[in-house]
Order: sequence, then C-alpha cells, then structure tokens
Amino acid sequence: MQRPSWAPDEVDIERPSAARVYDHYLGGLHNFAVDRAMAARAVADWPELPRIMQANRAFLRRAVRHLASQGIDQFLDIGSGIPTVGNVHEVAQAANPDVHVVYVDIDPVAVAHSRAILADDPRTGVVQADFTDVSAVLDDPVTRSLLDLSRPVGVLVVALLHFVGDERRPAEVLARYREAMAPGSFLVVSHASADGAPDRADEHQSLYRRTATPMTMRSRDEVGALLAGFTLEEPGIVFLPEWRPDDPAAAPAHPERFTGYAAVGRRD
Amino acid sequence: MPADEPDEPGDPVDALAAAWAAEVEGTSYVPMAADELQAHLRALAGLVVDGVLADPPRPEVGAEVGRRLVAAHFTGPATLERTVLLLARRLPAVWGDGVLPAVQALTGTLAAGYAEALRDRTLDEQEAIRRAVLAARHHTEQALHASEARFRAMFHEAAIGIGLGDMEGRILEVNPALTRMFGHTADEFRSLTVGDLTHPDDAPSVWRLYERLLRGEIDNFRLEKRFFRRTGEEIIGHLTLSLVRDGEGRPAYQLAMLEDATERHRLQEHLAYQAYHDPLTTLANRTRFTERLERVFAEAGPDPDRRVGVCFLDLDGFKTINDSLGHSVGDLMLQEVARRLAACVTEGELVARTGGDEFVVLVEDTHGVDRLVELADRLLAALATPLRLAGQELVVGASIGVVEQAVTETTASELMRAADITLYTAKNEGRGRWAVHDPSRDEAETARFTLSAALPSAVAHDEFFVLYQPLVSLADQRVRGVEALVRWQHPRLGVLSPSLFIEPAEETGIIVALGRQVLEHACRDARAWYEEFGPAAPFVSVNVAPRQLQEPGLVAEVAALLDRTGLPSDRLQVELTERALTIDEGAPLKALDGLRAMGVRIAVDDFGTGYSNLSYLRKLPVDVIKLDGSFGEGLREEELSDEVDERIVGTLVALGHALDLTVTAEGVETAAQAARLRTLGCDEGQGWLFAPALPSADIARILRRGTPLGPRPGDLLGA
Repeated sequence: MQRPSWAPDEVDIERPSAARVYDHYLGGLHNFAVDRAMAARAVADWPELPRIMQANRAFLRRAVRHLASQGIDQFLDIGSGIPTVGNVHEVAQAANPDVHVVYVDIDPVAVAHSRAILADDPRTGVVQADFTDVSAVLDDPVTRSLLDLSRPVGVLVVALLHFVGDERRPAEVLARYREAMAPGSFLVVSHASADGAPDRADEHQSLYRRTATPMTMRSRDEVGALLAGFTLEEPGIVFLPEWRPDDPAAAPAHPERFTGYAAVGRRD
Repeated sequence: MPADEPDEPGDPVDALAAAWAAEVEGTSYVPMAADELQAHLRALAGLVVDGVLADPPRPEVGAEVGRRLVAAHFTGPATLERTVLLLARRLPAVWGDGVLPAVQALTGTLAAGYAEALRDRTLDEQEAIRRAVLAARHHTEQALHASEARFRAMFHEAAIGIGLGDMEGRILEVNPALTRMFGHTADEFRSLTVGDLTHPDDAPSVWRLYERLLRGEIDNFRLEKRFFRRTGEEIIGHLTLSLVRDGEGRPAYQLAMLEDATERHRLQEHLAYQAYHDPLTTLANRTRFTERLERVFAEAGPDPDRRVGVCFLDLDGFKTINDSLGHSVGDLMLQEVARRLAACVTEGELVARTGGDEFVVLVEDTHGVDRLVELADRLLAALATPLRLAGQELVVGASIGVVEQAVTETTASELMRAADITLYTAKNEGRGRWAVHDPSRDEAETARFTLSAALPSAVAHDEFFVLYQPLVSLADQRVRGVEALVRWQHPRLGVLSPSLFIEPAEETGIIVALGRQVLEHACRDARAWYEEFGPAAPFVSVNVAPRQLQEPGLVAEVAALLDRTGLPSDRLQVELTERALTIDEGAPLKALDGLRAMGVRIAVDDFGTGYSNLSYLRKLPVDVIKLDGSFGEGLREEELSDEVDERIVGTLVALGHALDLTVTAEGVETAAQAARLRTLGCDEGQGWLFAPALPSADIARILRRGTPLGPRPGDLLGA
C-alpha cells in the first residue's frame, strides 16, 4: 500500500486483525473479542488450526536457531505481528546476546505493542511499513541503525506471503530484498497452502477476506517460485513440522495435516 | 496419546515428567524444543512429588507449580485440565492411595495458583494490547493532525486559488489566495454558486465540460477562463476543475484550482501589441502588415479569383518639415496623418506604418483597381486639409503607389516591390498624386530605381565627369562662357545624361555631394583656361540645386574653392532654377547674397517655365536670366516665325534689360533662330548651332582658334 505517511489509516479494532488472531492461536491474550470470535469460527471449521499455527511458530524458532548457528547475528522479521511469545530476539539472543533484530509490521497496533515491549532493548527496533515497500523497510532509520546490510542478515517472512496477493507481485518484491542482502544471508519462509486440506483452505481463505489482510494459498511449486534465486537449505520446501525437527523420531504421523510449507533459502 | 502406564522403567519423577509432557503437548504454544520442555516439566514434577511425599505433606507448592506453568506460556485451559487429571491418577498409582488427600489438596492449590497467574497474565496482556491500541490511535491521530495541519497550511498558503464546491455547485470552502484573486471574502464566496462565475466570453465548451464532470463522465479538466472580480475587473485564470469521489466512487465534491494569469496575459498582450504595432501612431507595423499580406497569399492558395491590393503612401517633403520644425512636430504630423488615414479605411482594409513617413493600406479582397483608386483619392483628400500642429497650419502632401493584382499573378514581395516602384512613379509625375502600377512601365522604373540606389556609391567612386557647352555672344558669336554639364560614367550602362539621375540625386540628398564635385571640376578647368587665355578666358556657369543652397557651408565652400584653384570670382556663374528662387527668405537667400558679394554671378535657369512671379527678380540678387529653349522653338523655322513667341521673347528680353540683367537664350539650333534672337536684343546664346557639350580640352582648342562659332553673323543677316 503506497499510502503517504501523512494520511494514516484509522485504528479500527472492530475488525479482526491477523496479528491478534495469530496471537490468540498461540495462546496469547493480546487480542479482542472480535479476534477471538473469528478464531473460534475458523477452528470450528478446521480444528487443527491452532496446531498449525503452533507448528509455524515452532518452525520459526528452529529456523532462527539454525541461522544463529550459521553465524547470523542480525535479523529482519517482516510481518512480525504481536511478538507475544517465542520472539525472534528471545530465541536468537539465547544463542548470542549481541544479536540485532528489527521487527516490521503494517498493523499499527502490533507496531505500538512491539514498541512498548521492546522499548528497553537497544538491540531491537520496530518499523511500521508494508512488506512490498522495500525501500521503506530497508531505508528506515531504525533499520539502517540496527542492521548492516553489507553483512549477512536473516530475513524472515514467516506466515506473511499468503497475505500478499499475486497482484502485489511478491516474487518481484522478494527479488528486491534479495538484491539488498549480502551473500551468506538467509531468507526464512513459511506459507499457508491448500495442498494438505483443500476444502478447509477454501473456507479459511474466505474467512480472511473479511479481515484487513485477505489470504492467498499457494502450492508447493508456487512457493518454490517465490524463492527463486535462493539456494534452499536442507530439507528444501517441506511441511512445517518436517523442517529440521528437534526430534526426528517424534515427527507427527501426518505432517500434511499441518498444511503449510516451510523453507530456508541462502543468498549465495 | 495416553502415557500413564505405571510400569515404566527408571526414575518415577522422570517418568511423571515424560507423561506430563505427552499429556499437555499441543494444549498451548510453548516456545521450547521437546527436550527443553521435558526439563522444565521435570523440575515441576519434582516439586509436586516432594510436596506430596513430605511429612507432613506440603500441598501449597501446587500454587507455585500452577504459576510456573502459566509463566512457561501453558496458557491453554486444557493444560490445567490434563495436568490435574494426570496427577490425580498417576500419583496414587505410583505412591499408593495414601497420598490421595495430599494429591487432592495439591491439585487444588495448583489450580488456584494457575488461575491466579493466568488472570494476572490476562489482565497484563489485555492492558498491554489496549495500551498498544491507544498508542497506535494516538500516533494515528497525531499523524492525522499533522497531516491536517499540513493540508491546512497548504490550503491557506497556496499561491494558487483553491475552492471546494458540492455537486449542486455551492461553494463550500475557498482559500485566501482565491479571496484575494476575486476580492470576495470567504463568506461572500460561500453565498455564491459555480454558476455565478460565468463570464460572457466563456466558450460553450467550458460549461459542457462542467456538466460532464458533474455527471462523473470526466474526472478533471483544465482550461483558461475569464472571471470578474468583485470590482468588475476581469481576471484571466488557468482553471483546473477536479471531481472528488467518495469511498464508493460516487461524485462528492468539485475541487477548483485557479491560477491568476491576468498579469501574464496582459504582458503577453502588451508584447504582442508591441510586436505588431507602431508605438508612435498605434497603427499596425511592418511586421503585422507583412504577416497579413503573406497570409492572404497563403490562404488563397491556387484560388485564381482572389485579388489583393495595396496603396503605398509616402509623405511629400516630410524630411523638410522634420528638419526645419523639429522632430516633435514631425512626430505630431505622423500621428495626425495616421489618424486621418485610419479614418479612411473600412472593413477588410489594414493601415500600417511601414517606415519613417511611409504608410500602406492593405485591401484584402478586391475585384479590380477601382476600389483602390477610390481609396487612394480618399486618402489624398483626407490629407488635403491643412494640419494644425503646434500652433501652426501645415500642409502635407503625399504620393501613393497603387497596386492591385490577382494573388496567383504575384507574390507578397513582388507586390510590395511593384508598390514601391509605383510610388516612385507617382512622386516623379509630380507628387500629391497617385499612380497605378503598370507592369510595362515597370522595367524603366526599375532602371531608375536602381540608378537611384547606386548614386551614393557612384559619387564615392568619382564616376562623374563634366562637359562644357559654350555660351556665345550673339553679337559676335565668340565664346563668352561655358555651362558645366555633368555626366555619369556608369560602369555597366555607359555615359548617362543628367535627366536620368539628377532628380533622384535631389530626392536622396546625394545632390549636395555631387554638386560639390561638379563645382570642383568646373573651377579647376576654368582656372586652367584663365591661366592660358587671361582676360579672354570664359566664365564657367555651374548648376546649383536648391538643396545645395540650403547647405549652410555653401558660401564658405565656394570661397575656399576659388581660393584653392585661384579662379577669379567673376569667372564663376551659378545657375539656379526659378523654383529655387521662389523662397524669399532664410538660408538660400543668404547664400545668394554671400556668393554675389564675393563677385560670383547668379543666373536664373529655365526662366519662364516656373510660375513666374516676376517680382522676385527685383528683390533677388540676380545677374542673368536664361530663357528656356521652348520659347525659342517658334523662332527656329527660317521662313515662318511664330509671332506670339517673338513677342514673348521680346518682352522677356526687355524685362531683363530693364532690370539690368544679361539675357541668354538656350536651345539655339538654327541660324534663323540665332538671327531673330539677336534682333530681339538677346545678349547670349547657347545651343547645338554653336557647339554641343564638349570636354574641357576641346573648349581650350576652340579658345585657341579664337574664331566665332556657328555660321557667321553676316551670313545670317544676308539670308
């Protein structure tokens, strides 16, 4: 949304927000009745949803740890939502206290909340910007002061791209981020997909149409196309629980029920 | 995933932790890997077992366990349910029913501790998210406020006028620039509608566009439109009108942006006016005239019927007026002439001032020369009444060259050249009249025209030489004097006679320089004769043009010339036409007096051809009258003499003698004529009978021979 900063949207809490619905799925309490009502309707149709969301959050945790183990010490988390639990900086700073993290979201409430809880941490910052406005994200003074883009960076677009319709050309946007990323950087992607449960996914999409952030499910190939130009880390594009599980033996019997793809790409 | 089998190997606390982990898995999102989760629950399981097995039991540790579950983000209510069920079943199963009361008490405190922690967390997070909403709203409001302030500033400070109206045309908001532009207050504006801003000059398209905009067919348009200020003055504005739609895309408002272009327009108009008008007379200038004329040719194309005409007018004697009365009077005259000319023209005719005292009237569509001749008559008539300028009455004449042709016959530049030449013809034919372009005459006129243009350079290159025609005493037919006659040795055309170039030389003023050269030649040759023949040497008679007489330095120049050449002043005679002598005052008269005082003789040339107010002869310093050849024509035939001519010549001779003047007859061609003139008392004669104009060397030869010229007088008398 190329909206000039001097004409802001109103803060409307009468409409559900994807960030707060997600928080609710994760057991967070940073949400309102309208968000919980929407989540309740979704779960009534698709009881596995909370587990899928949790699996997504667990993938984020594993991916950040993986990147930290690869020496990544700066992260750009785009579409960070309400950082309620298991935030990137908490996960990453557990491995390396000097890790810098910039959170980016377009939701003004999510941004205000993030600013409140991160106010005391000088290694973190919050930017209100739209994912597709690449220069607004990368050239924001907060981004510039916390991240050194001449060095490898971990860029996270977790559970974000399914909120970016094709008309907003997500592949081109990602390519522009890729251009700005130093070699050795990583892109972390998770994406909702109808591949595992097409019927439910349809209904789910229509439910999200009423939010400020309608949803676009993508197939595995389509997710792969978005990652063009990146070298996929093992095990490639897989269902959420399948990406480098903590305990391979404890993997769920039907990973396709966690209908969403996870992948990490490396910028060579 | 039940995992509550009591027969697990190993440490029972570890086993409890493992079963617990399996039980609560998925009930809440806990940001821990599986091993971390087990370690966390192992610590809680230890607390539980210790509390139950203690003596006495310490069920209150359950509250701590409940709190730590919430702290680890086990916020899903199912976690508590499964935990309580697990402990209630598992602990008695492992440690016997004896622990049942302690287990019940502990699960109770655990539930209470969990509930309390979850309530606190809920309140904290709800408060946090509400604070976030408030912060976001505050931020948004500030941004809106700032944005509104910026908009307000933009609206108020904008240099262009901005107005907002509704779809009924009511004006709702205007900015100060717009109020300044119109002179209306904002309140006055609000009582107006867009329709009130109509201007009579509005093209119909303006309001058609407006209707289309109101219907939502177009989103904006831009045009130039005139408005009235409150005071009635006119504003020229660059208007952009835009449609503002509501959220559903329906037309909601109209937004006008108006840039005041009045000054720019005025400047442009002024510049355009300046570019196309003569500042002195406010008539069209040459540029405008030329453009219009060329447009006639461009528009006509191959239309064989379209005709165009011009009257090219030049004031007669304007330069004299300008020189003698001053430029300010000259300017007043041009302005008055311009007014009179402008009053003569009608629709389709354009008057322009194309040069100093040159005017031209363009007639765009004509059907023959008649209309132009009538126009030329009108123009001359308009100038006939004396002009009252600066307290005096002045008469100004004009000559007009008239050209009228089909556009297919000519071009704009050819037409103007023809007009130029025709004007020249009109001047030549005697001023104060018009002449109509005659293509057959064109060539001759062109030649004259070209000669006139070449004169200055010819004088500069000394292309002129002088011949001398003897003046003989009719008594003895010996040479008394010679008249200097100038010739032009034209590089291409050969020797040209004065009739071809004297008049243009007078008109252009080059006659002054030319006359000076002729005087110089004549005096030098006369001095040579004087040196050779002494008192018997002839005087030399040199023609002096009126223009030369007006030159203030003439007398001093002649004195210096005589001094330089050593010619006695009584050997120089100056010939003037009657016309030059009709001025009875000013510089010319002084010049004559000065020359005569020096001893130079003054002759009146072509006597009798001008308007003969004979009284001037008495007043003017004149020594000689030269009778024009035409008077002698009737005396040429040997047998039949014209009695009237004889009487006229006799009277003129008597008159001259009465005034003590020498009388010379020009154009003497026959012996009979010479005899009659002598009988009538004429003193001197000049003509082919005696000698043609000759080079100075031939004059010297005649003088050396010393014999009478022409037939002997005795022969004539005898005839």
